[in-house]
Amino acid sequence: MIKSSAGSVAVGADGSPKAGQMAATAAEIRELEERARRIRVEIIRAVNEAKAGHLGGPLSAADVLAALYFRVMRVRPDEPLWPDRDRFILSKGHSSVGLYAALALRGYFPVEEMLTFDSLGSRLQGHPDMTKLPGLDMSTGSLGMGISAGIGIALGARLTGRTGVRTFVMLGDGECQEGEVWEAAMVAPRYKLDTLIAIVDHNKLQQYGWSGEGPDGRLPPEVPGELVAKWTAFGWRVFEVDGHSMPAVVDVLERACVGDGRPTVVISNTVKGKGVSFMEGHYYWHTKPMTPDEFARAMADLGEPAPASEGGAR
Amino acid sequence: MTLPMGRAMREVFGETVSDLAANDPRIVMLDADVGSSTKADTFEHRHPERYLQMGIAEQNMLGVAAGLATTGLIPFVSTFVAFAVVRPLDQIRVLIAQPGLNVKITPGYAGLFTGVTGKTHLIVDDVSIMRAMPGMVTVCPADDVEADRVLRWCAAYQGPVYVRLVRDATQRLFDDAYRFEFGKAVVVREGRDVTLISTGTQTPRVVDAAELLAAQGIEAHVLHVPTIKPLDVPAIVAAAARTGYVVTVEEHTVIGGLGGAVAEALSEHRPTTVKRLGMQDVFGESASNAALLELYGLSAARVADQVRSLLGSRSKEAQAQI
Ligand SMILES: Cc1ncc(C[n+]2csc(CCOP(=O)(O)OP(=O)(O)O)c2C)c(N)n1
Ligand SMILES: [Mg+2]
Repeated sequence: MIKSSAGSVAVGADGSPKAGQMAATAAEIRELEERARRIRVEIIRAVNEAKAGHLGGPLSAADVLAALYFRVMRVRPDEPLWPDRDRFILSKGHSSVGLYAALALRGYFPVEEMLTFDSLGSRLQGHPDMTKLPGLDMSTGSLGMGISAGIGIALGARLTGRTGVRTFVMLGDGECQEGEVWEAAMVAPRYKLDTLIAIVDHNKLQQYGWSGEGPDGRLPPEVPGELVAKWTAFGWRVFEVDGHSMPAVVDVLERACVGDGRPTVVISNTVKGKGVSFMEGHYYWHTKPMTPDEFARAMADLGEPAPASEGGAR
Repeated sequence: MTLPMGRAMREVFGETVSDLAANDPRIVMLDADVGSSTKADTFEHRHPERYLQMGIAEQNMLGVAAGLATTGLIPFVSTFVAFAVVRPLDQIRVLIAQPGLNVKITPGYAGLFTGVTGKTHLIVDDVSIMRAMPGMVTVCPADDVEADRVLRWCAAYQGPVYVRLVRDATQRLFDDAYRFEFGKAVVVREGRDVTLISTGTQTPRVVDAAELLAAQGIEAHVLHVPTIKPLDVPAIVAAAARTGYVVTVEEHTVIGGLGGAVAEALSEHRPTTVKRLGMQDVFGESASNAALLELYGLSAARVADQVRSLLGSRSKEAQAQI
């Protein structure tokens, strides 16, 4: 059975878990790492149940999602439309199952509902649908769009006087091949949108990409350093981080929240499929159903021996 | 006797939305570098802080509009129709129509009157595309008066709306007392010989055509359909029933637009012959407005000619059947 408890979160007066305080303690970091592990476990479970859905991208994003939803973002799961909440847009909408896991664990909906992912009538659609699931700040799934919507939200928050709202947008590195991303990158600095924080999940793989001398004969979506150079050239403040080092992720996101007049992009260097040994770094785990054996190995890798009902040994 | 000229819809657009914004702080205007053409610039002069210049980047603009709408603002998106509908079509589909966000897509330069720009700027399938999109309200005002009323209505309506606006001055159909009713078609002339159904700025030319036909003893019944979606099916059925013979006329392709919508509705509800006048599966080209109307058979005289010959062949067919 899956524990339905959302777990307890230390919540500050402003709705943020321990927001605005000094550097995270070692215990807090360990707690966030455990959240990230749980997010990965729920991703594997849900995708296994649905026999569909993406794996590589959600897994690479899990640590950043944990840091955002359990520490950095000011949100109220029991009041998902709280007007002063921070916003999160998963521009790489195919990683929805990772976001759903974070939302469920954070208390937006029961964790058991994760097993409805992708099924008829579920609020957990293949790609995020804001009309179905409270807590989603934008519907996405067609790559390249989320950042534009993020600009709209950041501008709207400013125009409506909600100056405390921060808008986080997570993009894929492959997604950055979309022209719209660079239209948005051009516009945001014009409005000095320093409450807009883009995070590029730089896992060095896209769905298929170009053939060449890379892992499994595929090339990464960008040559090394290209993303930093491009975002810098477009006038953004650029941070780079090891997207699997929780102390570093927390630190960079908290620094990103302190605006300097420019929009910020965090290039989060990650490994596609992170946490499941045989998925890490392989483009073909972008989206692929697991065999029962692969499921058991994935769960074991994540420190969750599979119970009998899920196909493991008794 | 022909209908008089009215003001250009684009002038009305800039003024009306600016007026609305004076009383409603939620209204914002988005432009993609053509505000000086679409007259969105009127809004910039009156409400500079709410005029959001997005640069020549239309896909991003539609996405920004979606984000703005989620914060409770009412974005009006303005550029040329071609660059507001087809270029950012996926953004409209995914970020606006699917979530049902309160974005007003109100571009100018619809149809043939685009200031001698040629095929790239003449978009003649926008109505087909927008009405096919689930959840997208589609409205084509006939003149400056109706454009004003439609813009006022759409600011108050909750949800995505496409309003097809025209660049140049066109003929005035309605007087100042006119009240636009969302989803309702308007009988603008009574007749018993043939039913003409039209939309947008083609309607005044169809009314003029009806006058020409009347001079030749043909009394046309004319129905103006400003709201293409949702379609006023009862009014269309009733108008068809009046004469038993329908000709649709639109400054747009005959595929999937008004003509398509009317044919769909009548074939389901009251099978009636529907002839469709408009652009016959072609792109436009550069020429003066008058020349283009002649070329595509949309001037009042050309519409009257075509209706007369349709009726002529209809009676021949009827005789052949006897
Ligand atoms: C506009 C668009 N084109 C194509 C796709 C199909 N698609 C889904 S995910 C993906 C690859 C994304 O790669 P990346 O952005 O690097 O994401 P990640 O590696 O984090 O999964 C593609 C091509 C899509 N969803 N949207
Ligand atoms: Mg990638």
